[in-house]
Amino acid sequence: MRKNSTKLIILAVIAIICMLLFAFYNIQGGFSYAFPKRLERLFAMVITGTAIAYATVAFQTVTHNRLLTPSVMGIDSMYEIVQTIIYFALGSSSIFVVSRYLNFGVSIIAMVLFALILYRFLFRADKHPIFLLLLAGMIIGTLLGSLVTFMQVIIDPVEYESLQARLFASFMNVKTELLFISAGIVILAFLYGTRILHKLDVMSLGRDNAINLGINYDKMVLRILILSSILIAVATALVGPITFLGLIVSNLAYQYFATYKHWVLIVGASLISIIALVGGQFLVLHVFHLTTTISVIINFIGGLYFIYLLLKESRKAG
Amino acid sequence: MIEIKGLSKSFGKKTVVEDVTLKIQAKAITSFIGPNGAGKSTLLSMVSRLLDADTGEVLLDQSDVKKMKSDSFAKRVAILKQTNHLNIRLSVRDLVSFGRYPYSKGRLNEEDHKFVDQALEYMNLTDMQDKFLDELSGGQKQRAFISMVIAQDTDYILLDEPLNNLDMKHSVQIMKILRKLVDELGKTVVIVLHDINFASVYSDRIVALKNGRLVKDGPTHEIINSTALREVYDMDIPVQVQDGCRICVYFNSHN
Repeated sequence: MRKNSTKLIILAVIAIICMLLFAFYNIQGGFSYAFPKRLERLFAMVITGTAIAYATVAFQTVTHNRLLTPSVMGIDSMYEIVQTIIYFALGSSSIFVVSRYLNFGVSIIAMVLFALILYRFLFRADKHPIFLLLLAGMIIGTLLGSLVTFMQVIIDPVEYESLQARLFASFMNVKTELLFISAGIVILAFLYGTRILHKLDVMSLGRDNAINLGINYDKMVLRILILSSILIAVATALVGPITFLGLIVSNLAYQYFATYKHWVLIVGASLISIIALVGGQFLVLHVFHLTTTISVIINFIGGLYFIYLLLKESRKAG
Repeated sequence: MIEIKGLSKSFGKKTVVEDVTLKIQAKAITSFIGPNGAGKSTLLSMVSRLLDADTGEVLLDQSDVKKMKSDSFAKRVAILKQTNHLNIRLSVRDLVSFGRYPYSKGRLNEEDHKFVDQALEYMNLTDMQDKFLDELSGGQKQRAFISMVIAQDTDYILLDEPLNNLDMKHSVQIMKILRKLVDELGKTVVIVLHDINFASVYSDRIVALKNGRLVKDGPTHEIINSTALREVYDMDIPVQVQDGCRICVYFNSHN
């Protein structure tokens, strides 16, 4: 078995190759115009990728569950709802649509609030089997999804077009003005996030053992849940929902690294995440020629992988 | 010294522990015994702050446990619960190294490694320190967890049914090690036991609980006799002395 540091270097090299390809391959229409655009997108993908990777791994450690992610639990649908409600109630010319900052702020606050309410439920239900939680998550998701569809069919078709564009994750029209504020929030979150990596290691031993070893467990769980919902919310507000990305990258990292050390898992998951996003976007641009979007590809592959994981888990349980 | 004062806990309408007050003697093994649902594990969980008490307090050398910083408490009192299912892959040495977390915060120094080596040695795990936990038998796994608690180097070690699911040989092994911890290293061990004979042979003091209330608290020989045990278990338990050990022969008892 290769050592984990070697594995990390391999992933880092692949990630860098993907980024270089994305930045320089077949550059057209004037280097000075295209290159900064590409760098912007690259920057957005790195922020989103690492934010989702950290958030998912940390979330799964504190919930002791490798199938749940903040996105699977419905934070993404909350984003869709907020956007739809804004379009439905106020229209596309409202200040909440036009002002990107305002929209960004409202979306993030709504998503984090929703996450906290959901976690309350999740914690009360922590004695229940995982399938009940998943079912509950799916039912809530479906309910909210139907509400969204309902609103979408009765709004003006032109408004709908413009709404639709927001609900698909896209790195082609990254909201540049949000890039720096997102990066700022993510970096602040990581400043705290990197300080608690050892605590996450201890917390993966379970509540009782973690408390025994001097972790203020319940307080830490709450902090980590808030941290990961902020990260997911920022990523979603920046590029749109990519529901299954976190699930794929965290589980691939667990499989590939087989360690309990969170710094390895999180750095590894971040690199896998960057490879998936940048590599995927490269394919979208140069192989599929924009006939599809990255979120479609990732959700398709991620959905299949999710089903595979569910089947594997249920076989182990049976 | 650990002092428990008026501790109570209810879950919903059910009172599980009711107004328990006792002192735990230092440098001795104290066993918590009693029928199922007596509140033994709940009491231990409250002493070790895994569970908040509804009323009452736990004092460690006169200071309230709730007001202590959690990492300084972790250097003085260790708790091991009975269910330890992990969904991460750890080697024995990794697990035992976690016992040093209160001191090292994850960055182990020379001294920490020495404690880990000693703890492994103490539980006879040195040869299998690189094995993964999921490759071990139940007894070996239990030893690995106890080894972690030893590496934690606390004065107090609280164990919740450490003999659960272990065969006779491993049970005896573990009880002997606990005895050694008290006699050689001067630790204080508090342990929840189901097997009354293990409690009788290995402990210095016995605390008996029934329906959440404290019914007996005293040196082992005062509790292991038919009259006292009748009060705890509601059954006739003949006690025979064999090689200086008091053995309860309850297998054929009439209620």
